[in-house]
Parts: sequence; structure tokens; C-alpha cells
Amino acid sequence: MYDVLLPIKFFFRRRITILAVLAVALSVFIVVVVMTVMHGLVLDFREKNHIFFSDCIVSTDSLVGFSLYEEFITQLEKTDFLESASPVIHTFGLVEAETSGRNAALDLMGIDIDRHVKTTGFADSLYYRSDEPTLAFEPEYDANRPGCVVGIDLLVDRQRTGQYSQLSYLPMWSYLITCFPLTPKGTLAKVGTALTANSRTFYYSDNCNSGLAKLDGSVVYLPFNDLQSLCGMDTPSPRANAVYIKFKQGCDIEACTQKVSVLWKDFIGRKKDFPLANLFDTVSVQDWKAYRRGTIAPMEKEQTMLILLFALVGLITVFIIFVIFYMIISRKSRDIGILKSLGVSKLGIVRVFLHLAFLIGFLGSVIGILSALLFLVNINSLEGWLFDKFGFQMWNREIYAIGEIPYQAKPYLLAAVGICAVAACLLGALLPTLNAVRKKCVDVLRVNQL
Amino acid sequence: MTYKNDYILSCRDIYKSYPMGATKLEVLKGANLSITRGEFVAIRGASGSGKSTLLHILGALDMPDRGDVFFEGKDIDSFSARQANEFRNKKIGFVFQFYHLLDELTVLENVLLARMAHSSAVDWLACSAPAKSRAHQLLGELGLSERIAHRPFQLSGGERQRVAIARALMNQPDVILADEPTGNLDSQTGSGILEIFEKLHSVNQTVVMVTHDEKIAARAQRVIRLADGRILTT
Repeated sequence: MYDVLLPIKFFFRRRITILAVLAVALSVFIVVVVMTVMHGLVLDFREKNHIFFSDCIVSTDSLVGFSLYEEFITQLEKTDFLESASPVIHTFGLVEAETSGRNAALDLMGIDIDRHVKTTGFADSLYYRSDEPTLAFEPEYDANRPGCVVGIDLLVDRQRTGQYSQLSYLPMWSYLITCFPLTPKGTLAKVGTALTANSRTFYYSDNCNSGLAKLDGSVVYLPFNDLQSLCGMDTPSPRANAVYIKFKQGCDIEACTQKVSVLWKDFIGRKKDFPLANLFDTVSVQDWKAYRRGTIAPMEKEQTMLILLFALVGLITVFIIFVIFYMIISRKSRDIGILKSLGVSKLGIVRVFLHLAFLIGFLGSVIGILSALLFLVNINSLEGWLFDKFGFQMWNREIYAIGEIPYQAKPYLLAAVGICAVAACLLGALLPTLNAVRKKCVDVLRVNQL
Repeated sequence: MTYKNDYILSCRDIYKSYPMGATKLEVLKGANLSITRGEFVAIRGASGSGKSTLLHILGALDMPDRGDVFFEGKDIDSFSARQANEFRNKKIGFVFQFYHLLDELTVLENVLLARMAHSSAVDWLACSAPAKSRAHQLLGELGLSERIAHRPFQLSGGERQRVAIARALMNQPDVILADEPTGNLDSQTGSGILEIFEKLHSVNQTVVMVTHDEKIAARAQRVIRLADGRILTT
């Protein structure tokens, strides 16, 4: 019973224990805030990638593309897990703004708008045509002109608040887009002896704000058929670079991707004799996570690195607790002697101080987690206030493509941080306690007599 | 090993030394002592003569370099750690010169601590009521009824020593070992503490008291003189 009573009494009647609780709470607060914000950023980024690239992608890295994509989509439509599928062309081209004469080499993406808005979250990224996304390639001022959707960061300035300075009207800007058509063998198409290039003018019909800075700063979206024609992929066996696939709600993405992979292998097995069958060799079937691994992985690595850095914060907590307990126990050596004279075992004395450490760790964790949650709930309004008053931003929105600071305070994460803090306290308390109980009772009592 | 069962506490050829740098300070050099149940014994000696060391060895707070200590004929050196803890808790009650009360606990809690030391939380639920009743009774007998909720720093020296005596008596020990119990008190208050020991002796409680003061030692039933690490007279 003494091992319950004494820790409680030591806790409430020694100010130093309050300092220990504050040290733990502060460490927990920092770890929770940083980890949940970082976790939020990573999840937000992953979610944006998922929305933009659908559930599963059948694609090739080759600019030549692959044929029979429509036939494969027809096969997919017979399955019970397909919600929709959309063929896509990925390529590069020269884009020249006809009004200013400025030009740049940019990524071009050809999409079948009707099918693409069903398959991906493209509709939500539009500004002018967000209510009628299927009209995205029809400029409001003249629906008959061929339209193009431009990545938002290519055209619109991002303010420090993270908002874009969208024009209230759709300007009539035109772009001359030039592509270099490739033959199915991968060589540049020729007319006679000269290399050929296809050019066509498109009119700015909307902008795309996917939240993925790299895409929003480098991609121009064109109607699928137009880009297919510009790239010379509209041959008798038309080609595309990818098929984006959305599964029905509730379907397991990994399992369905596996089914698509089996279907694809079966499909190309049956098309072995097709003249362009060699183009199937570079095609892979991946779920969105695997497809975007190259982009997501660095961010996850950053998160891992932060976790490691904050593991160091945890070590510092252990050290702080060690020092505080060293101080507490060095002032308690007489009490340890008294307890021994009353017949308390060494283990019993260790229990007293470990219970005290648990109490400190538990209360510190609870206070740290609750104050971190309170801070996180108000993090955006707090940042807004700091920005209004002092012009301070945690992330400069002119540089970072995030709106509000995201955070993901998952219960398992909070529980893990809390458990680690308690474990850190127990570890920090254990060494000085073991050191203290090893001392002889008479030595301690005699020293305190002198 | 057993030895002279008619003594409650005895020791034979006790040697004890402490390291002092490269040399050893020999404190006890073959001390022999026997105490019968119900005796009030004073161990008197000059400062540094080894009286406190002998008391600690008798109470199993310290171990001799050589020699044997017997409690009711049993060699306490043969006790396991658990048995030694139980021996200190149930058979011996210590009273120290500097009281050694826990500052964070109230008077009542300090007294109850002796009982708690060998009770789990579950046991305590069953025995807390009689334990509290005994603690109240002891504190009442020692004139501390009004002080049970106070903490040690709120008490006078004499009151603190009476709390320490109540704690020592809490588990109805066979022997009270008191190390200079009046050493930190004025003569009047010290005399009050000695009266308590005399009363305890009158009800057949064994008390072994260490003191350097001849007058205080004279109030005991028997005086043992310790000099140069040996018992000189009994």
C-alpha cells in the first residue's frame, strides 16, 4: 500500500515533480504537434495523388504508348469491380503563348474529359467549369474554339495567404502547342526527308488546381483526340500512354489491382500476334501508391527523418527525467533508509519511484496531448492571426502549395507518443532508483544524521 | 544455528570495521551481549565507541564482519532478504535520534507506514480499519491526538520523537531499538521520552537504548558500557 500512498504524496508535495510533469508535457506537445502536422501533410499529399491518378494505372513510360487500350477498357467494363476507366496520353511539347510570344517546353496530358471526370477528381480541380466539368475544353467565350486547361501555377499568381489571384472573367489567351509525332517504332515521324512537327492553337478554357505543385506548374491538359493526333498516335491502331482505372466504392484497391494485372496478362497473351504487340512489353499495372512512389517516397522519407529527429527529443526527455529523478532521489535517500528500516524491500522501494515516474509520465502525456490537440485545432487561426499581426507564416504559401495546415491526430499515434513518454519516464527513473536502493540503509541514515 | 534460547536478542564475537581510505577503522572488536525479554537496557559509551553500529547490527540494518546475532535463538545472518525485511518490520521497532519521519506524510500516515510496509493494496483494504484504530490509540496514549493531521515540520522535536515511538510500536514489535532517542531534545522533553520507555518496560516491552549520557542510561534497568569496541560491564 505504501507504494501507492508514497508516490501520490511525493507527487503532490514536491514542486520538482511538477517541473518533471511540465518537461514531459512539453516534449509530448512538441512531438505530437510536429508528427501530426507532418503526418497530415503526407496524408494530404497522398490523398491528392490518389484523387488525381485514380485507383489503378495501366501505363507505359514509353512516349510511343500502346495500342488496343479501348479493347482492354471494354474487357474491364465486363468486371464487377470497375467504376470507370479513362485513356490518357502523357507527352511533352512546346507551348508558346501567342499574345506574349513566351514559350516553354511543358508536359502535355491528353484526357477524354467525359470519362476522366468520372475516373479521377479532375472536376474538383477546375475553376471556371467546376460545375460543368465535361465542358472544360470549351472556352466560355466561344465554345467552338479548341480549349486547353492549364496548370494553375503556370498562369495564376499565388498570394502569401495561399489563395490564387483568379481572374473574375476568362481571358481569351491562345497557345500554339507543338508536338513531335513518333512512329510505333519510336522514331520521329518524317514527311519525305524532313522531320515533322505538329502544331495547333488552343484557347485557355480553364485552369487546374490539383494541389500537386509539380503538376500544377508544368502540365497543360488537352482533349484526348487532339493530343493523340498531335503526337501521331491516331494511327489505324490508335495508341495511348495510360489507362486510369477507378474501382467501385468499397473494393480493395490492392486486390483489384491484382485482378487488373491478371486481366492484362491474359489480354496481351491473347494478342501475341498483334503487329504492335511489342509495345505491350513496357506496360505495367500498378495501384496509385506504386505509380506515384517516386513522388510520395521522398516525403515519407522526410517524415521518417523527422520521426528519428523527434526520437532524439524523446531521448532528451529520458535525460531530463533522469536528471529530475536523480535530484528527487538524492533528496530522498534518507527516506529510502527509513523505508528500509521499516522492512520495505529493495523491490518495494523501486516500485515507489517507478509508480512516481509513471504518475509523472502519465500526467505529462495527458497534459501534453491535450494541449497539443488544443493547439492543432487552432493552428490555422493562430497562424492567420500571426500573419495578420506580424506577417509570420509557418510555411510561405508563395512557395509551398498548401492551403490550411493539415494535421492528422490519429488515436494510435497519440497513444504511441503517450506510451513512449511514460516508458521514457520509467527508464529515466530506473537508473537513479536502482543506484539509490543499492546504498546501505545505515550509511544513508548515518549521513543524514551528521 | 541456534544459541541460548532464553534470550530474545543476543550477539557473540561481533567485529565490525569501516574503510577509512587505505586503512580500516575497527569499531567493534568482539562484542558479546545478551538481552532477555522485557528488559530495558541502555548501551552507554563515548562518541565513536560503536554503540550505534552495535544497535544497527542487532536490528539487522547492518551486517557484522564477523560474529553472530541471534533473535529468539535464530541466527539472523541465515535470514533471506525477505525474512530480514519481515524481521525489521514485525519484530523490531526503531527510534532514531533525528526521528526520521517522512516529511510528505501526516503524523497518522507516518505511524501507519509501519503497517503498510508489509501490506499490499488488497491487504490494506482488509486491515486498514484496525490499523487506523491502533494508530489513533497509540497517538492518543502519546498525547498526539490533536496532531494526527499535522506534518512533521509542524511539530516540536519532542512531538516528532513521540510520533517515531508510535511508529516503532505500531506493529507490536518484540524489541524497541532506540538510538540516542533524547540526543536532539532538551532535558525536560528528553525526560518525557524516557518516561515513555519506562512505561513500555513496565508492560514487559523489551527496549534497547543507546546513549552517551550517564544520567539517561541510569534510568534503564541495566546499563551496558561499551568502550574500545568491546562490552566492558553489564
